[in-house]
Amino acid sequence: MSDPGLPTPSGLPTPSGLPTPSGLPTPSGLEVRDLAMRFGGVAALAGVSFTVSPGGVTSLIGPNGAGKTTAFNVITGFQAPTAGQVAYAGRTITRWRPCHIAGLGLVRTFQKTSVFPGLTVLDNVLTGLHLRGGVGVGAALIRRRQVAAEEGRLREAARAVLDFVGLAARRDEIASDLSYGEQRLVELAVGLAAKPRMLLLDEPASGMTPAEKATTAALVRRICDSGVTVLLVEHDMRMVMGISDRVLVLNHGRLIADGAPAEVRRDPEVIRAYLGTAHAAA
Amino acid sequence: MRARAATAVLLVVAASAPLWVWNPYHLHTLIMAGIFAVLALSLNLLLGYTGQLSLGHAAFFGIGAYASALLSVKLEWSPWLGMLAAVVLPGLAGWGIGRLALKLRGAYFVLLTISFAGVVSLVSVNWMDLTNGPLGIPGVPALAVALPGLPELSFRGKGAFYYLVLAAVIAAYVLCRRLVASRVGRALVALRENEALAESVGIDGTHYLVLAAMLSAMMAGAAGGLYAHYTRFVSPEVFLFTYTVTMVIMVVAGGKGTLAGPVLGAVLFTVLPEALRALASWQWQMLLYGVLLIAALFFMPRGIVPALAARFPRAPVSS
Repeated sequence: MSDPGLPTPSGLPTPSGLPTPSGLPTPSGLEVRDLAMRFGGVAALAGVSFTVSPGGVTSLIGPNGAGKTTAFNVITGFQAPTAGQVAYAGRTITRWRPCHIAGLGLVRTFQKTSVFPGLTVLDNVLTGLHLRGGVGVGAALIRRRQVAAEEGRLREAARAVLDFVGLAARRDEIASDLSYGEQRLVELAVGLAAKPRMLLLDEPASGMTPAEKATTAALVRRICDSGVTVLLVEHDMRMVMGISDRVLVLNHGRLIADGAPAEVRRDPEVIRAYLGTAHAAA
Repeated sequence: MRARAATAVLLVVAASAPLWVWNPYHLHTLIMAGIFAVLALSLNLLLGYTGQLSLGHAAFFGIGAYASALLSVKLEWSPWLGMLAAVVLPGLAGWGIGRLALKLRGAYFVLLTISFAGVVSLVSVNWMDLTNGPLGIPGVPALAVALPGLPELSFRGKGAFYYLVLAAVIAAYVLCRRLVASRVGRALVALRENEALAESVGIDGTHYLVLAAMLSAMMAGAAGGLYAHYTRFVSPEVFLFTYTVTMVIMVVAGGKGTLAGPVLGAVLFTVLPEALRALASWQWQMLLYGVLLIAALFFMPRGIVPALAARFPRAPVSS
């Protein structure tokens, strides 16, 4: 586990300092209210509330088992919460299905590498572009010209996404043949292809080499600059502190801190959560 | 270019078959291969693309056969309307199976389809009033086309029926190809590859699984209708589990998730038992069949077509 007290490395892009007011209801952003998730006697989330306004990189951090991934699962519809509400873009999306939530522009990636393993990199991205196409069965069977036009358009878009993440040279490789780091990039590309307005990244840099991490951090920042709001779960504190505009800290299913990286890093409760009481006293 | 030439040669060979296959029994084998090709293509939509194994596919085939036979015998509908029902009714059944399978994947989907086929088969045996039970329905009329001003074209003979089946195989193949080459096909494959990721980028898993089950059932039903009007007799045998197993063998050995695989598998595994019958005594037939099947799967685990494709890679396509 990384030390939360690391200084911001100079090689990474610095936060652009977007204002991220918290607490205000944001009709265009994400709002999580009193979210609770119990597994038997264990409360993975014990009443968590926060909002994420459009723009910027917000990181959700916390020790292992703090409830970060559970929060992602509930927000994106992969798990139904025990209690509480999730709203996005002015709509209550609690218990919506993941595919419908994606349709609103809320797209996630997964903690464990999650690509379409048997497909080429290009086909991975083309599959991710699903929502940008409109051909149904009827059209697929009889309207060949419409299909051809759409395929051309989607291929163009796929190429742009691959250029963006730097996988253009790999596009004809089978995804499962790529290195671990590259597969994670494919995953990012698939997520981006879905044209998210808010992208939830679950540990995009886990298991990467330091060089790959730096590339990914820069990429996340570029994704944000292209107008996509990023909500990031990450263990690498160097990366979190380097690219986040705002940091939310979860511990034992509760939100214990919320603020700019520099504030959160000094927060005694955060230090206690990560390092135990002895360090907090020092 | 090379692929196009190969397709043309194949079509010429297939289209001229009745001219050089004199033995009616051999022609019958080819017709059955064609019917099985449609069935294998239909199973492949589910198994090869969405990754879900239907072990009740004979049910859709049988419902199609019974639908067309009953309507044209008992209600004296035109056999073509019967064929239409042979597509629509299994389609409805496929839709229902897809809806029931909302959350069922893998082994649960297999069990659901097996149970469905079991129930349908029992109905066909026991609902005497409707299906005539194990005695079956004889006297199913042949398909015929009567265009004004032209002599009636009947598909009663094997030669004529062969062309009807060939047209059906081509139609099923083209249908699958167009589907697979589109956004819809990619959505189906996404379900096979990684359903959670598919959902997270907005692919409605349930919708596409229901769709695949429905289309697959419709194609299998059409094959059933063709079978009924070809053999002119339908009995509960159409629901035999063996038929389903044969379809699975054809798809898996031919190459699931490919377009040519199921067709090649269907031809090979329809002709093979007949060839073995000519070569060996009956005690050895099934043994040889089994050994050949195991050998094929051992040396070409992904199927014949993918193995061939790996052996003879295409020239890189520039785009």
